[in-house]
Amino acid sequence: MLFKPISQNFSDFVIDRENDRCINCEVCVRQCSYEAHYWDDARQCVSHDHTKCVGCHRCEAFCPTGCLTIKKNPADFRDNALWTPTYMKHVYKQGDTGGILLSGMGSPANKPIYWDNLQLDASQVTNPSIDPLREPMELTTYLGSKPDQVSFEETPEGPKLTTKIGPQLKLNYPLMFSAMSFGSINLNLHKAMAMAATELGIAYNTGEGGLHPDLYKYGNNTIVQVASGRFGVHKDYLNAGSAVEIKIGQGAKPGIGGHLPGEKIDEEVSKTRMCPVGSDAISPAPHHDIYSIEDLLQLIYAIKESTEYKVPVSVKIAAVHNAPAIASGIVRAGADIVVIDGFRGGTGAAPTMIRDNVGIPMELALASVDNRLRDEGIRNHASLVVAGGVRCSADAIKAIALGADAVYIGTAALVSVGCTLCGRCYTGKCPWGIATNEARLKKRQNPEVAAKRLANLVRAWGHEIQEMLGGMGLNSIESLRGNRDKLRGLGLNETELDILGVKHAGR
Amino acid sequence: MAKKCTLDAQGVYYRQLNEQIREAVRDGAVEIELDNVRGQRYIGNSVEAPVHFTIHGVPGQDLGMFMRGATIRVEGNAQDGVGNTMDDGEIQINGMSGDVLGYAMRGGRILVKQDVGYRVGIHMKSYMEKQPVIVAGGKAGDFLGEYMAGGAIILLGMDSTMDKKAPITGRSLGTGMHGGIIYIRGDVPEYQLGPGLQLESINEEDEAFIRSHVADWAKAFGKSVDEVMEGKFKKVTPFSHRPYGNMYVGTN
Repeated sequence: MLFKPISQNFSDFVIDRENDRCINCEVCVRQCSYEAHYWDDARQCVSHDHTKCVGCHRCEAFCPTGCLTIKKNPADFRDNALWTPTYMKHVYKQGDTGGILLSGMGSPANKPIYWDNLQLDASQVTNPSIDPLREPMELTTYLGSKPDQVSFEETPEGPKLTTKIGPQLKLNYPLMFSAMSFGSINLNLHKAMAMAATELGIAYNTGEGGLHPDLYKYGNNTIVQVASGRFGVHKDYLNAGSAVEIKIGQGAKPGIGGHLPGEKIDEEVSKTRMCPVGSDAISPAPHHDIYSIEDLLQLIYAIKESTEYKVPVSVKIAAVHNAPAIASGIVRAGADIVVIDGFRGGTGAAPTMIRDNVGIPMELALASVDNRLRDEGIRNHASLVVAGGVRCSADAIKAIALGADAVYIGTAALVSVGCTLCGRCYTGKCPWGIATNEARLKKRQNPEVAAKRLANLVRAWGHEIQEMLGGMGLNSIESLRGNRDKLRGLGLNETELDILGVKHAGR
Repeated sequence: MAKKCTLDAQGVYYRQLNEQIREAVRDGAVEIELDNVRGQRYIGNSVEAPVHFTIHGVPGQDLGMFMRGATIRVEGNAQDGVGNTMDDGEIQINGMSGDVLGYAMRGGRILVKQDVGYRVGIHMKSYMEKQPVIVAGGKAGDFLGEYMAGGAIILLGMDSTMDKKAPITGRSLGTGMHGGIIYIRGDVPEYQLGPGLQLESINEEDEAFIRSHVADWAKAFGKSVDEVMEGKFKKVTPFSHRPYGNMYVGTN
């Protein structure tokens, strides 16, 4: 009989401590929320347990003498192209527990990343590039339904627009912070996103956990989300934001709901979600009042009635095989914004099999949705926003060239405040103070500092987008939207090029 | 004297009707009577106390959605989505009602004289003083109280238009419930219950709770509370407030 479960025999990481440099100060013991470091009373020194290490690198970052290095466990299994250590360890864990494999953050699986196979264009000689340091460069973006045509009337003061234009969400950058619920991440970060979005003139999305009373004042830069659990959804909430988003699906876990574990539900989360402390907060897989496009229309207009048609209503779906047909239905159901979340999107928790095997890349879904809406002549009826695995400004600008109006960033935003993608968000013990509601851990994030870092990130990307636009001889992001002639494929096959609607490099 | 207002809904599209209602509420109307209602949606959406609606006819989908303290009396049947994500207030349906009644309802009360449809009370939730209650005098379809997180459903199975042989509730009763309580007057076959759940007998506290709500139901629809309470009630409660807590094993 083994004295410990097989899964604990093989750790993912090893903790390398240079003993001559370690001063037994116990900083690592205090920083590690997984108790991988401990004070060994018998030996009177700090020691560690490799099997508890999740590879978050918090101890390494905080060790005052730099004596710690976290390494991948070099102990190799026999080479096997089919049975990689990941699959073996999964089987050990399931043999030990009988559980469904659970993961945090977006899929790390080695599947095509089309951004890496798309190249942008630049002007040479004939259409000179524009220097954004010298010329104005417009990034302002309006999300919402646009009319089929506009009409004017002559007045003594000049022409006046007579077409009634539906509500729009104004963004100073074509970037927004993705839906990450209060509960999955803590209030310090929600506050940081709200402050940064306000300062930048963009929007952040509340996710499905309601809106904390302290954050109502940031409403002009807030998108409030309505998901199947309807946590914290009421009249004031719906009217607090500058847009309302109905979450149907999430790229990291298409087709399933969410279970916020009881561990993450403290007093404040409980108050905001209006559910008891310590109880699981369960979001069913579908909205049980939406079983068809007609039902979706019903919810969209219920929200429009509640907000008196003053804010745009968005519908978010995961990128799945039939995304174009679904998106067409969503637009026809009256949505002002459609959000497509690709299979690399982040999550606080998702069944591993679903995260790594369900859904399609956002790049392909985006291109085919944009095509479909154009072919049907309804592209202007809704704005298209994409999410799921945008790592840099080049990814974002390529998404816009493929047809997106704006891009949601979630993982990138978290990385900017210190996330190391260790993927244990579902434990509620995030050592970086992000995906945790434990008092001693969440104070590791200061809202003002985090807001500054988020704002820095968006400003930096904004500058880079301006540079790339200028290089292409464009002075407005609007001129790049759906302008796929500015993209070329590299090493893509005919089908991929056809779906993306781009030529191969050299053509 | 409460300010009254009567609106004729004959041939009025829902958007105009709801705009007229909002206008009346802004004008200070607290008693709103709607005549000739023929399926107009979203009546009472987000309306706050102390407004009271009397509806003659059949209101459309999502009656009283997001409602916040207003009260509605329907003299007739109602369609789907009554009290969807309702916050507070009371809805009385002097007839029967469709599917998805009280979905994600967080407060207030819905009284239905007769049957309710499928997916009733899914994900009802409670918090502190907000304890939503649904009382239905007839039978219910499948998935009653699924994912229920709080509040109470009282199903009487008495005044029903359904087949006599039909069970009081359908399949998957209370599946995934992790809060709240479902009371049923009469018996339900065990196989209709969601996994892990069972029917239990009620105690005195339950009886007092049922009586207090049934008394109002009886008063609203001219029934006898004693006759209702002569029946035998059973209850369904969650087996855990974390029904899926042990289902997973962490990776990464």
